[in-house]
Amino acid sequence: MATSVSIRDLSLSFGSVTVLKDLNLDIRDGEFLVLLGSSGCGKSTLLNCIAGLLEPTDGQIFIKDRNVTWEEPKDRGIGMVFQSYALYPQMTVEKNLSFGLRVAKVPQAEIDKRVARAAEILQIGPLLKRKPAELSGGQRQRVAIGRALVRDVDVFLFDEPLSNLDAKLRSELRVEIKRLHQQLKNTMIYVTHDQIEALTLADRIAIMKSGVIQQLDDPIVIYNRPKNLFVAGFIGSPSMNFLRGEIALSGDRPVFTTHGVSFALDAYDASEPLAPSRKVVLGLRPEHVMIDSDVNSPELHEAVVDIEEPMGADNLLWLNHAGHTMSVRIGGARRYAPGARVRMSFDMGLASLFDAETEDRI
Amino acid sequence: MRSHAPAGRPSQLFRNLNSKIALIPMILIALVVFLGGTVWTVVYSFTNSKLLPRLKFVGLEQYERLWDAPRWIISIQNLAIYGILSLIFSLVIGFVLAALMDQKIRFENTFRTIFLYPFALSFIVTGLVWQWILNPEYGIQSIVRSLGFPGFTFDPLYNSDIVIYGILIAGLWQGTGLVMCLMLAGLRGIDEDIWKAARVDGIPMWRTYIFIIIPMMRPVFITTLVLIASGIVKVYDLVVAQTSGGPGIASEVPAKYVYDYMFQAQNLGQGFAASTMMLITVAIIIVPWAYLEFGGKKRG
Amino acid sequence: MANVSSLNTAAAGFDAVSAEVAGPRGRKPRKILSRRNIILYGLLGLAALYYLLPLYVMVVTSMKGMPEIRLGNIFSPPVEITFEPWVKAWATACTGLNCDGLSRGFWNSVRILLPSVVVSIAVASVSGYALANWRFKGADLFFSILIVGAFIPYQVMIYPIVILLRELGVYGTLTGLVIVHTIFGMPILTLLFRNYFTSLPEELFKAARIDGAGFWQIYFRIMLPMALPIFVVAMILQVTGIWNDFLFGVVFTRPDSYPMTVQLNNIVNSVQGVKEYNVNMAATLLTGAVPLIVYFISGRLFVRGIAAGAVKG
Repeated sequence: MATSVSIRDLSLSFGSVTVLKDLNLDIRDGEFLVLLGSSGCGKSTLLNCIAGLLEPTDGQIFIKDRNVTWEEPKDRGIGMVFQSYALYPQMTVEKNLSFGLRVAKVPQAEIDKRVARAAEILQIGPLLKRKPAELSGGQRQRVAIGRALVRDVDVFLFDEPLSNLDAKLRSELRVEIKRLHQQLKNTMIYVTHDQIEALTLADRIAIMKSGVIQQLDDPIVIYNRPKNLFVAGFIGSPSMNFLRGEIALSGDRPVFTTHGVSFALDAYDASEPLAPSRKVVLGLRPEHVMIDSDVNSPELHEAVVDIEEPMGADNLLWLNHAGHTMSVRIGGARRYAPGARVRMSFDMGLASLFDAETEDRI
Repeated sequence: MRSHAPAGRPSQLFRNLNSKIALIPMILIALVVFLGGTVWTVVYSFTNSKLLPRLKFVGLEQYERLWDAPRWIISIQNLAIYGILSLIFSLVIGFVLAALMDQKIRFENTFRTIFLYPFALSFIVTGLVWQWILNPEYGIQSIVRSLGFPGFTFDPLYNSDIVIYGILIAGLWQGTGLVMCLMLAGLRGIDEDIWKAARVDGIPMWRTYIFIIIPMMRPVFITTLVLIASGIVKVYDLVVAQTSGGPGIASEVPAKYVYDYMFQAQNLGQGFAASTMMLITVAIIIVPWAYLEFGGKKRG
Repeated sequence: MANVSSLNTAAAGFDAVSAEVAGPRGRKPRKILSRRNIILYGLLGLAALYYLLPLYVMVVTSMKGMPEIRLGNIFSPPVEITFEPWVKAWATACTGLNCDGLSRGFWNSVRILLPSVVVSIAVASVSGYALANWRFKGADLFFSILIVGAFIPYQVMIYPIVILLRELGVYGTLTGLVIVHTIFGMPILTLLFRNYFTSLPEELFKAARIDGAGFWQIYFRIMLPMALPIFVVAMILQVTGIWNDFLFGVVFTRPDSYPMTVQLNNIVNSVQGVKEYNVNMAATLLTGAVPLIVYFISGRLFVRGIAAGAVKG
């Protein structure tokens, strides 16, 4: 598949602080790529480099196979949507939308046509004569998206566009952005720290930490087969349960042992042989811990319910097992009182095993 | 698919060229006038320039002559008296007025307008008004005398011993409003909960001010202090308007010494030496402040 | 960058002044005629009297005839109100050989003021914008020099400027004086604009660049319309500052183009002839009128402006 944006060995440092380190990334044509990470991980910096708002210290950036590393933002065929909307306060919505075109001296008739089309797509026609101050947050962000739309760009860049909105609006606009992508089929690069946004919107997610991409994959792969301990802990709420222990042999079959308890690893799909006495971390998502009626293995482990958090559709239990606290997600209808004893087993087919040293997936 | 050939970094000089062109005036002013001018004056203060600047170095001769000149000594003494008293009084009066203004008073805006309007006036206007008010024949002295105190004497502008205090009165009238404003801003910047806490603890108001509020306002005090102090060194117009340095040379100040030697007496070397001394005085005020404020924090 | 951050303290000072808008604090007033209130308002009233007295004296003196001044005291209101001193101060008072009153100085000041205000604000606002949004290596160093320069006594730089202007052939001309006011207005105005533009959301600037706007387009079409309040503050600062200037007027103009302050001083402190105190006070009031009017009209903006101007000293 053709690449839309390619990043080669990109580095950026401010003085002695390295923000991006030898970063490589290929974004496919028409792809929705989400850059996900906590603040300070370099995701916004990377986006600003792609936009041409920051100069890299080293490396190259290609958009549509054209080297744009040193080109002006306007010449890169990109549009950008910002967290604070960044609408020009003194201009009406219409003037905001058309500013870029007017700067580029596009004929008025063409401007009108493009503004009308963007207004129709985003349903902001009635707002065209208003000033940004007279708009709601959601409307402002729609105008900001429209500003990228009228310029007819190849690549849309979103810098945390929904972070300033309240929860309800955020989920509404999320759906709208997804619909927009399905309709326009442009390449979109979307920066966020919100994993729900990332999981719901992305074709692929790039998880970043300290200026390095930790994993670049489909959302479902990232969720189910995290490449390392960081990715595993970053994605999912509540967090994955981590148990520290080591590999042992029960007969000739590998087991995971911790605090004298062991769990069979037969169902685990390891990428390398599981050598005995290797120190490992076992990761299990709350929904991959089975209790009582779900238990499907002959192994018998017992745990005690510590706290119950009913959430409507789901019910979250915090269990005590051999000195660990583990979270378990069960159906909302199944209720437990604190202190209740439960039978417990792990769905090893969906578990993750990491080397305790390197923190990489085994 | 075309090859992804790397592109070299283009010359940094021409990137965003317009922004660099736009900064040329600022760079010229900073380099040529502020830096260059200062260095030029300091260098020429070691020459024997008279009517025209000449690069004939005479070592410290100008400085020796300067410190031998009674007029310069008086100028420095006046500046010291005026400076110290004006610092003390403007800080005290400014703070007290600000504290009074901060008592949820009515007509706050009216009072502020009254206290601050002299700051809008020039030193020339200030000097001339106070010259008139302190006029012994018609002003305060004559009024008090006519009230039944025929022996009353208050003629600071005609008495060499106290003339600098006459100038001080005018200077304070002009400048304390600003100090009040800065102090009031400082007071308003203090968390209201501090007041609530002090009140709950039963601490009297004056103690709260002295032991809690003033220490918390340290940065405001220091900033104000530096602002006033660096202004004091430049005092010139006020003296020119109020006394022209008189009686005799009793109210001379360094800035006036510089002007007179540069543009009237045509003795440039003396003017340069005196202005270099002014520069040193300002440096003595600014450098410790800059060090205190920023020296301890991140450096480089 | 110690120097640049030092400005920020100064800048914090100005912002603190605007924070004053938050309203009064301190303790809640109790009964209206409590002892505390009597002392409080008594002290404030006394202070107000001290500050108002000179203005009052100027006004009453300027409206008395000379005979009345010789007889009465300076605080008594005029028995017979006359505006003759005002007319004389404006139209016929003498400085040296010129006897066309302060009007000459007034128009000189206006001629100096208009271009100086426009040029100094134009140069400084563009510099502040370039510093805030188009940061490039080394710019902060020049800016630091500029701000440190604000503390250097004018006397140190004044003679080199004389030479510079003479070399450029504009010494003693209006152009020369405009340049001088632009130079000495630079530190504080650049600081003012730089801090203001820095406080605007950076994303606006980024959005404009993505939209393809260049340096001047962003300045004129995005930044300028958003910076009107700070332009007003800068104007207040420069109008009062330049109007009140004396030193540069004396050094950089010729006697027939002296600004009003210089002419006022020459009229009042002239040694020839009989002292006409009423004319002097009328002249003083006339000279102070422009900044006073600016002050009374602009109110709180003035407070912001002069707090910034305090750096200029």
